[in-house]
Amino acid sequence: MFEDLIYVLGKYHGWLYDGLLLTLQLLVIAVAFGSLLAIPLAIARTSKNLWVQAVPFGFIYLFRGTPLIAQLFMMYYGVGQLVSNIDGIQDSWTWQYLRDPYWYCLLTFILNTAAYVAEIMRGGINNVPSGEVEAARACGMTPATTYRRIIFPRMWQIIWPAYTNDVIFTLKATSLASTVTMMELTGAARKIVARTALPYEAFISAGIIYLIIVYVLTFGFKGIEKYLRRNEVREADKKPTVKIGVQA
Amino acid sequence: MVAMLPGSPFQTSLQDEKYKQGALFYVMSTATPALKVEGMHKSFGDHEVLKGIDLTANTGDVISIIGSSGSGKSTFLRCINLLETPNAGHVFVHGELIKMRALADGSQEPGDKKQLQRIRTKLAMVFQSFNLWSHLTILENVIEAPVHVLGVPKKQAIERADALLHKVGMYERRDYYPGHISGGQQQRAAIARALAIEPEVMLFDEPTSALDPELVGEVLKVMTDLAEEGRTMLVVTHEMSFAKGVSNKVMFLHQGLVEEAGDPKEVFENPKSERMKQFLQRDY
Repeated sequence: MFEDLIYVLGKYHGWLYDGLLLTLQLLVIAVAFGSLLAIPLAIARTSKNLWVQAVPFGFIYLFRGTPLIAQLFMMYYGVGQLVSNIDGIQDSWTWQYLRDPYWYCLLTFILNTAAYVAEIMRGGINNVPSGEVEAARACGMTPATTYRRIIFPRMWQIIWPAYTNDVIFTLKATSLASTVTMMELTGAARKIVARTALPYEAFISAGIIYLIIVYVLTFGFKGIEKYLRRNEVREADKKPTVKIGVQA
Repeated sequence: MVAMLPGSPFQTSLQDEKYKQGALFYVMSTATPALKVEGMHKSFGDHEVLKGIDLTANTGDVISIIGSSGSGKSTFLRCINLLETPNAGHVFVHGELIKMRALADGSQEPGDKKQLQRIRTKLAMVFQSFNLWSHLTILENVIEAPVHVLGVPKKQAIERADALLHKVGMYERRDYYPGHISGGQQQRAAIARALAIEPEVMLFDEPTSALDPELVGEVLKVMTDLAEEGRTMLVVTHEMSFAKGVSNKVMFLHQGLVEEAGDPKEVFENPKSERMKQFLQRDY
């Protein structure tokens, strides 16, 4: 077994490496743009106006309520098909992008992440103590300044653990890109299996790489959480404590 | 009219050495009251909390608003800076009317958000539950509004904040987060935060009600100092000693109306209304 694993890693590590890069690319772009998109959605979601609420509600409901793989197929085989039927599009310079599954995957992941993160952010915004928001209003802050200076910093503190969880969830969701021919980590593993008929070795290799990414993510996000929650660390806890029974 | 801050208020006063030391010089004039409220009405659903309240606060007035719970005194204070939107009534800050717009359902909303935000910087509020921004240190709390609302350069704001924190006895705790200090300290810091926007009127909403009895004194001490400086203050309070000893006017609210108002000595020693007599008989 180990010989096979060494054989797979020795011969196909290039595929796995390329797959890793693509996975990380999908993850970073999906989380970054998804989170940016989530901010206006979350703000609209907390609006008192029912009509303003309805749009993000519908969007979030749609993207959280259906399986990601179905969304991916709808996007790539559905929207992609419609696009390819447009007269003359295949001769246009845009065709090189429009036929590439990469963009369909990215768009799906961005929208999906936005839906989940918007809902997390909505909870966070609602949990900012109303007194602190009131204090901001009372000293003449505009709503925009209140969001920027008071609500968002407090929101990130509140939602960070849930947000971390969602990023890890998105990492694993990127593996679905392999179903639409993308050669990210899972796609690379499947290709190795097709070439070598060694499924355990290929997927164990990919699995270990996923575990390493998750470990690094968890570690990094924990560090950011400590920074965000610095106001919860007591002054006394920072200093080395004197051990009981030890005389100085 | 306050003549201490001509032109751009913040910068002039910052250069004023005496002002940094906490001394305030007011020039009194009878022209325009600092704050004037006319016919304030507020209902929550069917429940009418305020049934038409008038108030005039001249510069330097310290007005205590007293009354039992449910009498509408906190709501009245919150209607002045429009944290609650009154159903009817006018608020004038130094003669400037806060514009309101009538809505189809008979209620109203602020007519000019820019104006409201500007007027709010003249009406600082101190809350019962302090409401310091917990993700910011005490110093950051105090400079937040000057820097991000009034646009004061950070360095100047810090200098000014340090002076204010000295004044309320919180300078040593300036780098602490609100969660790590006592309630009394938080409230003193909140008073410094309110002072930092150089308000013309300070609104205190039961500032000592959430405090342990032994912490009440330190906050009242700071408030008494402010009163002696000549600050214009509206204080909703249960502290009868403060109402009697420090303020120069007392307003007793009962069921959404002013039941009795006037000079504290007169009101406390010789109450005219039955309600006020009953109220004073309780243990305070």
